[in-house]
Amino acid sequence: MQSVAKKIQISNLKVWYGSREAIRGISLDVHENEILAVIGPAQSGKTTLLKAINRTIEFIPHSRVEGTVKVDDFDVRDVKNVYELRRKIGMVFPMPVGLPLSIYDNVAFAPRAAGSRNRSELDWIVERSLRQAALWDEVKDRLNSLGTKLSGGQQQRLTIARALSHDPEILCLDEFSIAVDPVTTMRIEDVLKELRSQMTIILVTNLVHQARRLANRTAFLYNGNLVEIDSNEVIFSDSPANKLTYDYVTGSFG
Amino acid sequence: MEATNQEALHDSEKLFVETPFVRRKMRTEWVARSVFLLMALLMICPLIFIVCYLFYKALPVLSLDFLLANPARGMREGGIWAPLIGTIYLVIISLLVSAPIGVFAAVYLNEYARDNWLTRFINLAVVNLAGIPSIVHALFGLGAFVLFAKMGRSVIAASLTLAVMTLPVIIAATKESLSAVPMAFREACWNVGATRWQTIRHIVLPNSVGGILTGIILQVSRAAGETAPIMFTGAVFYKAIAAGDILPYGLFDQCMALSMHLFTISTQVPDVPEALPYGIAVVLLGTVLVVNAVSIVLRTALRSRKKW
Repeated sequence: MQSVAKKIQISNLKVWYGSREAIRGISLDVHENEILAVIGPAQSGKTTLLKAINRTIEFIPHSRVEGTVKVDDFDVRDVKNVYELRRKIGMVFPMPVGLPLSIYDNVAFAPRAAGSRNRSELDWIVERSLRQAALWDEVKDRLNSLGTKLSGGQQQRLTIARALSHDPEILCLDEFSIAVDPVTTMRIEDVLKELRSQMTIILVTNLVHQARRLANRTAFLYNGNLVEIDSNEVIFSDSPANKLTYDYVTGSFG
Repeated sequence: MEATNQEALHDSEKLFVETPFVRRKMRTEWVARSVFLLMALLMICPLIFIVCYLFYKALPVLSLDFLLANPARGMREGGIWAPLIGTIYLVIISLLVSAPIGVFAAVYLNEYARDNWLTRFINLAVVNLAGIPSIVHALFGLGAFVLFAKMGRSVIAASLTLAVMTLPVIIAATKESLSAVPMAFREACWNVGATRWQTIRHIVLPNSVGGILTGIILQVSRAAGETAPIMFTGAVFYKAIAAGDILPYGLFDQCMALSMHLFTISTQVPDVPEALPYGIAVVLLGTVLVVNAVSIVLRTALRSRKKW
């Protein structure tokens, strides 16, 4: 077995919201340039896991984190420039969020927040990101119209374009297909397959089939615990290590 | 097949039969509608009556001269320039103080403050302060600004008292407009590495400015109309200034004010012609109506370009 570069190392992560323990000690690694799918029923801690990685968990009142999350071998909680850390990580959440700005400004928001003012550079970033998100052809003639006026599926791709605009090394998607029609979902999945060579992708999904289609490995979370993480061949085989995993992916519960 | 058809027939027949139950429902509907209409009329009629009555009574004095001339012959003649300009002074200075403090405080409370007992206490205090009677603000202003800060009874003391009075309402209105901006927008900004301030500056404030301005403007009419807070702190019965002078008062001068003027000539001065106080009332009312109209226009204008 060849050794793989570890992009993210999570060890014994615990997260509380007030007195509710949302994550109860999870340890897992995310390999460089893989798609790791995270599946599990509601309340299993999937979204919390993502928020702990880019430290937006800190915006949630009464949240408390224990354990370590390492990105590229440094502990995210030792990071002095948390904004730079967040730019290393692209985040896409379930509901598409077009910011109340023009399409152009939506995508240029992150580079501008990082201090980029050069118009031609911004133009280039906007075009590249929108192309990567498979949205460029639909909006290239109306970059100045409002991002919030796009359709739901377009807004979700706009959200992805924004997440790609700061050139992330890691892309986290949290159930991106919930508010999106099946055709758009397939287009975005194609986008992800392309991006796999350039970045590490964590794909939180409710759709077991999506995990099977896209991921190299899949982690199954249940009730804040990591039940099992393994390659897709094992997870979706007839004999994953844990009976619970088998029941979940075959649909006999959850 | 037969049975289904019969049932369908039966159902469609129901459409044309008025059962007692349906009649009762329609009667209740009619009663509810009438009661609500009656209440709406009850509210609007006195308002229209008051406005018409004031205008009718004030008609003899209403003219441009009435605005631009000073009171004369012991308030029994002349116009209202001195109190009018005094009121404008007080309103502008008080809002110059309370608007920035109120907006910034609200931004802190809504965008930065952690949810703990201190912020909860402050929020509670803001809500309660907004409900304090104006006479209490007057006494506070007298103690704090006139006596303790040794400002004396002056324009600045009266303005600060009005500022204290309007502050909690401005904070409450601003907080409400800020929290109307969806949380998802903030999260989206934070996720791409924007600071809280960048988020506030580019997303939150531009999309709540309409509500904030409306909240501030509505306080203009409140500051202009209150008598009690300025009576002890800076407004006087009479102050001689040049008619038409737009900068007659210094910060530490005393001044006249419309609400106070109306109060004194209606209660303290004998033999005032009837039209005079009505004229002042119309000017005060007119100011309030104009200011509120401006705020409504502003709000509709800003809402029509709402971006989500």
